[in-house]
Amino acid sequence: MSGALGKDLLGLEYLSADQIRRILDTAEPFKEISERAIKKVPVLRGKTIVNLFFEASTRTRISFEFAEKRLSADTVNVAASGSSVSKGETLVDTARNLEAMRIDMVVMRHMSSGAAKFLADRIESSVINAGDGKHEHPTQGLLDLLTIRDHRPIAGTKVCIVGDVLHSRVARSNIWGLLKLGAEVAVCGPRSLLPLGIEALGVRVFRRVEEAIAWADVLNVLRLQLERMEAGYIPSLREYYRVFGVTVERLAKAPRELLILHPGPMNRGVEIDSRVADGPHSVILHQVTNGVAVRMAVLYLLAGGNPDLAEAAKGGADR
Amino acid sequence: MKPILIRGARVVDPSVGRDEVADILLDGGVVRAVGRGLGAPDGAQVLEAAGLVAAPGLVDLHVHLREPGREDVETIATGARAAVAGGFTAVCAMPNTDPVTDNQAAVGFIVSQARLAGSARVHPISAVSLGQKGEQMAEFGELVAAGAVAVSDDGRPVATAHLMRTALEYALTFGIPVIDHCEDVTLSHGGAMHEGITSTRLGLKGIPRSAEDVIVARDIALAELTGGHVHFAHMSTAGAVRMIREAKARGLAVTAEVTPHHLTLTDVACEGYDTNAKMNPPLREAQDVAAVRAGLVDGTIDCIATDHAPHHYDAKEAEFDNAPFGVVGLETALGLAITELVEPGILSLPTLIERMATRPARIVHLPGGTLRPGAPADVVVFDPAAEWTVEPARFFSKSRNTPFAGRRLRGLVRWTLVGGRVTHTAGDRPDSPERSAP
Repeated sequence: MSGALGKDLLGLEYLSADQIRRILDTAEPFKEISERAIKKVPVLRGKTIVNLFFEASTRTRISFEFAEKRLSADTVNVAASGSSVSKGETLVDTARNLEAMRIDMVVMRHMSSGAAKFLADRIESSVINAGDGKHEHPTQGLLDLLTIRDHRPIAGTKVCIVGDVLHSRVARSNIWGLLKLGAEVAVCGPRSLLPLGIEALGVRVFRRVEEAIAWADVLNVLRLQLERMEAGYIPSLREYYRVFGVTVERLAKAPRELLILHPGPMNRGVEIDSRVADGPHSVILHQVTNGVAVRMAVLYLLAGGNPDLAEAAKGGADR
Repeated sequence: MKPILIRGARVVDPSVGRDEVADILLDGGVVRAVGRGLGAPDGAQVLEAAGLVAAPGLVDLHVHLREPGREDVETIATGARAAVAGGFTAVCAMPNTDPVTDNQAAVGFIVSQARLAGSARVHPISAVSLGQKGEQMAEFGELVAAGAVAVSDDGRPVATAHLMRTALEYALTFGIPVIDHCEDVTLSHGGAMHEGITSTRLGLKGIPRSAEDVIVARDIALAELTGGHVHFAHMSTAGAVRMIREAKARGLAVTAEVTPHHLTLTDVACEGYDTNAKMNPPLREAQDVAAVRAGLVDGTIDCIATDHAPHHYDAKEAEFDNAPFGVVGLETALGLAITELVEPGILSLPTLIERMATRPARIVHLPGGTLRPGAPADVVVFDPAAEWTVEPARFFSKSRNTPFAGRRLRGLVRWTLVGGRVTHTAGDRPDSPERSAP
């Protein structure tokens, strides 16, 4: 299988601006499928897809599963606990066994950075990275791009990613995708949660969230995990909210209306104020809806689908 | 044992400042004479060495031979055989075996296994602390008597400043160095590669330069306090080189080593999550490579040591986070040094031999590293111009975890002699030892 994207989707760093635009354009016609009474088209009929999740995930796993099912693929979910993985099988053995059952694609979430590439290098099936360690989460990056694009042109838009950039695969995929499509990108957070030398990627760094809010058109607010406090990166969640929380009071001082994104799951009252999350500028649920369409587009393109024929394909042409 | 005459080689012996075409006569396990037109005594074996370089056998202060404990990835015999294939006639074995080499029986075991193997000399390094736990000091006196040439908790740093202080003081009695693996484990914790733009891009937790630098700074302060001899293992950062240079200028008893991979590779080698580029300390950046090279050139860094660290194929065939640190180095060190340092004119050949034989021998007070009459007949004869390709499948080591597979190198070992006996000849190939790779 090779088409507009090649065999695998491992990260946005490895895609061209054209390929990214192509995925977003392909997602457009797929949006409508989820609005139908009968949410199913035969685009991937007969394809077998394994959702291999080594890390807990609700949103991403379910979103992929809906995308697969609405395209009529046959799917199997494998979670790390209760599978052969918990019996000490190596990643490559797990994958080879799955492949021996003749599958077409693997959607994998794994705690180690590089795990998706490791797998892709060793099996013939397409591999879709559904998040590998702190490296990338390309479909999240794509759905964020699609959501921003639904509201304003990406080129020239100022996007600030706020929070734990150091441990965030969402941040990395966002940075690559946004830069490639011509956005201006900044990050903001305590320096202990920003990677050393992040500026070299071509992003600005704001030390204070007030400065970020004054600059940005879009804020992508990252989840702050409790473990970061326990590992000593920040003093407390309370302190984090006090200094970096995205609050109504802070947003009120913005010179323009900001679009608020969050990849979820949210910690209300830690990185984001509930009044912001549920407020008029929040597009957080719109992101979730777009997630299904973007994943359909990725599955379709990796299965060899022609981006220009997506509209026709969903009509039922048997490929 | 027959006398051996090495005839017509370019003899490079930095210990006496010799660099000229000459013959070397070995007999009775020692060097008898070096000079022009030496006749071959009756019954002597003659090695025709015109166009080749003959030098004191190379000495490696830092290898992991994995025996006892991990004989599946290396043994003293296979490691010593790999050593002579790489031109090393003596290697110093680190004590992070299982069980840890921290008592006279363990040291004696290594000495006797090496004797049975009969290739490179293997000098044990004992642990600084029992079980390398960083608590109670090992019995240096008894360990030295059993054959240990230095002490180290390598694999991890000497745990506390107090332990380092007392070890340096106590080691003064025996005239041995304390070799430290400089890593502040609270800074490196969970790290998989150098902290920089590449680790940021790959999403791998980084190990900052400061993890090395703060312990180097600590140890220099303690060398100054105690007058003890600190030897810094595998230096990787520009900051460490700067501090050691300054410490040496102040006359402190500090010495240092650098590995072939830190002299030749940067963190970019981790690109693509290549686990054969995962080592500790991690590969750093171009400015660090430039600094360790400059340190080696000006003598701030005394020697090249391989940190030969065999690992099983299956262990390296894993996600980057889960793969172990370390690369094998004995069979590629000389070729890399000639190709990357001597050929481009960074280091002269005599200086390279000084850094790979004479100085390391001096640091742990070995009789080798010289071709003076009466010295052990440990000699390497190599062709500095011969080209070869690194083929891990043909290593004598049981393990193949090298980032240099497929590299074309100049400098091929023709013969390695230990105690006046030929222990390696070019073209020798491993005779089906069990391997750790398929």
